[in-house]
Amino acid sequence: MTEALVTVDHAALTLGGQAVLEDVSLTLAPGRITTLIGPNGAGKSTLARLVLGLTRPDRGRVVRRPGLTLGYMPQHLRVDGSLPLTVDRFLWLAAPGRTGARRDALQRTGVAHLRRRAVRQLSGGEMQRVLLARALLRQPDLLVLDEPAQGVDVAGQDALYGLLGQVRDETGCGILLISHDLHLVMARTDEVVCLHHHVCCSGTPEAVSRDPAYQRLFGTHGMANLALYTHQHDHDHDISGDVHEGHDHGAAQPGGHHHD
Amino acid sequence: MARHSLEVTTMIELLAPALLAGLAVAVVAGPMGAFVVWRRMAFFGDTMANSALLGAALALALQVNLYLAVIAACLTVAVVLVGLQRQRQIADDTLLGIVAHITLALGVIALSLQDSVQVDLFAYLFGDLLAVGWSDVLALWTGATLILVLLIWQWRPLLSITVNEDLARVEGVAVTRTRLLLMLLLALLITGAIRTVGVLLITSLLVMPAAGARRLAHTPEQMALFASLIGLVSVTLGLALSWYGNTPVGPSIVVAAAVLFGLTLLRRPTS
Repeated sequence: MTEALVTVDHAALTLGGQAVLEDVSLTLAPGRITTLIGPNGAGKSTLARLVLGLTRPDRGRVVRRPGLTLGYMPQHLRVDGSLPLTVDRFLWLAAPGRTGARRDALQRTGVAHLRRRAVRQLSGGEMQRVLLARALLRQPDLLVLDEPAQGVDVAGQDALYGLLGQVRDETGCGILLISHDLHLVMARTDEVVCLHHHVCCSGTPEAVSRDPAYQRLFGTHGMANLALYTHQHDHDHDISGDVHEGHDHGAAQPGGHHHD
Repeated sequence: MARHSLEVTTMIELLAPALLAGLAVAVVAGPMGAFVVWRRMAFFGDTMANSALLGAALALALQVNLYLAVIAACLTVAVVLVGLQRQRQIADDTLLGIVAHITLALGVIALSLQDSVQVDLFAYLFGDLLAVGWSDVLALWTGATLILVLLIWQWRPLLSITVNEDLARVEGVAVTRTRLLLMLLLALLITGAIRTVGVLLITSLLVMPAAGARRLAHTPEQMALFASLIGLVSVTLGLALSWYGNTPVGPSIVVAAAVLFGLTLLRRPTS
């Protein structure tokens, strides 16, 4: 077993009198994609902030491997209108002096053409890709992405998750993804942690989707989405959107929602 | 002819230290003003400037060095403010409004309790550039150089925490230390500026050149540089206005800065 990147050990955190996290444990390993799912306000972002060291737990502890390089893609980032900042300068903040590396990172996330654009003029989806480029630029050991698919269309989401898988395969980094819908990320994730202030259940996507705790949280709606998704994706997309026939995932077909 | 050259000599003797002192403040007020605008700290700067008056009053009362007392007062208030901002009961701008006027009131009261300070109060509030001597010029340029060196050295972390503190922290920037540095630099600048434009006008010299530069700049560095240039021209024009129009120097500089800012409004804003 390789050394864990970050271990969250029985962490609890209360914010403004509200218990946001209760006795949460989580281990993030190199080369694994872990997806954090849960309803709005379940404490997903707070847990991510614990992992990143942006917040400290009231109880329990968070241990990061010494010398760990983190890449973080926040849910939102707004640059004040009074600050003139191009995309290239924005990336320079993370990695100065390497113009080529900055260009490559933008190329990678498909937004090389935005290099000289003002950050403020970017659309939501463009901003997400620029943020991902900034995170990748640091060649992180652990990449933490908070709702990376926000403002990205479906084809873009597919490419995005494909890219994350690729980055993981190439660099062996660990990835922590936050999502509020499992079906989007199902095929690309190694482990799912279902969070609602505490860890309701965790394991492979298939196991979690069959877990009663998950079904209570997401109801049959989530189940239907999941079934639809597993049906649709018995093939792979590459980053340009081409479809390759693949093996059947043989995933669970819960509740008779599998559409033929 | 001889009379004329005598007049010119007098003018140079009177104006040269004033001009050089004003330029020292302006050159630093450019980039510092940019940060004040980017981080929406105008009110914060104002509050610090008001606490400078309290510091000056204490220096007179306790017979200690003026600049040391002023910078200590600025930093104390800054640290107290940062501490108070952690609580969420009172909104930040309300808090600043309260602290700014408490410190101003206490400063004026403390000054008024001392003998023969009527003239001094006006000088502290609105500046007295024509009264500065060559030793002041030396001190101001030393301070200005120190601030500029620190700014350039810490430029990327300072800019990084301004864009997004979370990303900066994840990327290894010492956010709290960098934020404290920015406040220290602002306190240093206010301490220098108290003798030139006065506490009531320093915020405008911070904000107006930077706001004007925003409309001309495409990068943060350009904005800082243009703000410095606008500040330099404002000081020069303000002094000229004061000399020929017999107007008070500090307000004249602010009026000059306002006119230059007005001119930038004619230009279409950059992205």
